[in-house]
Amino acid sequence: MSQPSLRVPLALFAALALVPILRAAGVPIGGFVPLLLERVMVFALAAMSLDLILGVGGLISFGHAAPLAIGAYTVAALDHAGVTEAAIALPCALVASGIFAALTGAVALRTRGVNFIMITLAFAQMVYFAVSSLSDYGGDDGYTLYSRTTVFGRPWLEARSFYVTALVVLFLAWLLLRVITASRFGRALAAVRQNRVRVQALGLNAFAIELVAMVIAAMLCAVAGVLLANEAEFVSPAYGSWSHSGDLMVMVILGGIGSLHGAIIGALVVVLAEEGLGRLTSHWPLIYGPALVLAVLFLRRGLAGIGGSRG
Amino acid sequence: MTLLVVQALNGFQLGMLLFLIAAGLTLVFGVMNFVNLAHGVQYMLGAYLGVMFARIAGGFWSGLILASLAAGAFGLVLERLIFRHLYARSELDQVLATFGVIITLNEGVRLVWGSAPLELPMPDALSHSFQLMDGLRYPVYRVALAVTGLVVAGLLALVVNGTRAGMLIRAGASNQEMVSALGVDIGRLFRMVFGVGAMLAGFAGVLAAPLVSVEPNMGDNLLILAFVVIVIGGTGSIRGAFLAALIVGLVDTLGRSMITDFAHAVLSGPASSRVGPALASMLIYLVMAAVLAVRPAGLFPLRS
Repeated sequence: MSQPSLRVPLALFAALALVPILRAAGVPIGGFVPLLLERVMVFALAAMSLDLILGVGGLISFGHAAPLAIGAYTVAALDHAGVTEAAIALPCALVASGIFAALTGAVALRTRGVNFIMITLAFAQMVYFAVSSLSDYGGDDGYTLYSRTTVFGRPWLEARSFYVTALVVLFLAWLLLRVITASRFGRALAAVRQNRVRVQALGLNAFAIELVAMVIAAMLCAVAGVLLANEAEFVSPAYGSWSHSGDLMVMVILGGIGSLHGAIIGALVVVLAEEGLGRLTSHWPLIYGPALVLAVLFLRRGLAGIGGSRG
Repeated sequence: MTLLVVQALNGFQLGMLLFLIAAGLTLVFGVMNFVNLAHGVQYMLGAYLGVMFARIAGGFWSGLILASLAAGAFGLVLERLIFRHLYARSELDQVLATFGVIITLNEGVRLVWGSAPLELPMPDALSHSFQLMDGLRYPVYRVALAVTGLVVAGLLALVVNGTRAGMLIRAGASNQEMVSALGVDIGRLFRMVFGVGAMLAGFAGVLAAPLVSVEPNMGDNLLILAFVVIVIGGTGSIRGAFLAALIVGLVDTLGRSMITDFAHAVLSGPASSRVGPALASMLIYLVMAAVLAVRPAGLFPLRS
């Protein structure tokens, strides 16, 4: 598998970097657009992590909102305990989501196909109900943070700096995922998707490869959860809802499955569509839903061609 | 003790409701190899149609019959328009398209009937309660619901195990290509299974409507519970779905009442009241994990 062209992803990051660059140059960009793009970047990070297992590994996980919620609720739990430092929150979120993915992945990976989809969905629902019943953190109503998380005491996640921080994190995550997919491990993961039996005949442990991929994806997604909690200054069980899992999948597919940077395009399309249609009518799902059905039925390659990735 | 009996009865009744939903879904999975996430909206649609027809036709019973038929017909329309084109596609495509159908229909009922929860009154003949034991009255309707589930389970078992159509369904589940090579119209078989599955889910929706509030998204949670049932029972197996539905219904209902006491006994202080509910809501998923750890294909796998 050759590495896809760098032109599209670099153009995307350059476009995202325009906001802080123009701001530094004294152009007043305020209000709506940066806020929307912050949300896009957070969800792009979550979708990109899903792309590692869905696109590269071919594992149809319908539960990727779970690590997102775990990351967000780690921030909430520590906030409740008076800890608002990323140097503590981030490792906690990574460990919690990693353990969750290792345990549930070990069960889910015992099955294939339909069962894998249903089991990942069920475990995500378990997280959803578990956090819904945590009365300390607001139960169903969610939890409003006392303050945003600091990074080594610096206010990098405050509203003023959030955009740049999110962009840097997204860029680093993209680099990391590129390195992973190009590595021996990444190639083995793609090989398991293509021909599991052959990989095992080569003496590699397909189960272990897939499990490690699921853990990495969940940990990266938990980073997105930490960002999401700070961006909204609010944590809600809805972050872990199954429709969020579905939305993340839609983002990956729309942007071009397996391309990594396609997640940014997908997140952009979905977030803009929700915002744009939401302004048009409160019944916007009546447009989003049929559009999704029609896209699957007729655009068999999605927007992947536009994204410049493999089909 | 009385509490335990009530919880066990409620759990049994939840199990029967789950079975009605899971039965159609597991056959669709098994025979067609089709991932239908939109099965839960059939349940929701059944409840809404039940409310509507009960108002128009004036009564629960006509509402039940008309709504079940309409839900089945609606399922067939969806099959014809959308699902049929997905059978040969990847599981990912099936998941995404049926996810789109859920989004659409959840919003569709909101558009037609509004966001406010609707109510379906119980039929008069079943609206009273009876003396179960000393100091305990139990509603007749809930018993009737459980009995209905049992009867449907029996009928399904008869059809699947004792008729020609059932034989074809079982054969289709184990080797679809061979069945169609033997000259069976597999497309017709699919439609039949799909229509009956959609009708059963709608039927379950009407039956549940007097006990729950009828609102958009009411099918989502039951769909995922039905998935748990199918995973535990083994995809495609009616027998497995029945047993697993009972397990899930009982574990969920009894677990919720017992685990809080248990947490109080093991942990002391405020921690127990916090851990209890969270643990209770996780219980059925832990049961699912335990079953899968021992039997990855479920309790009664069709294909080994």
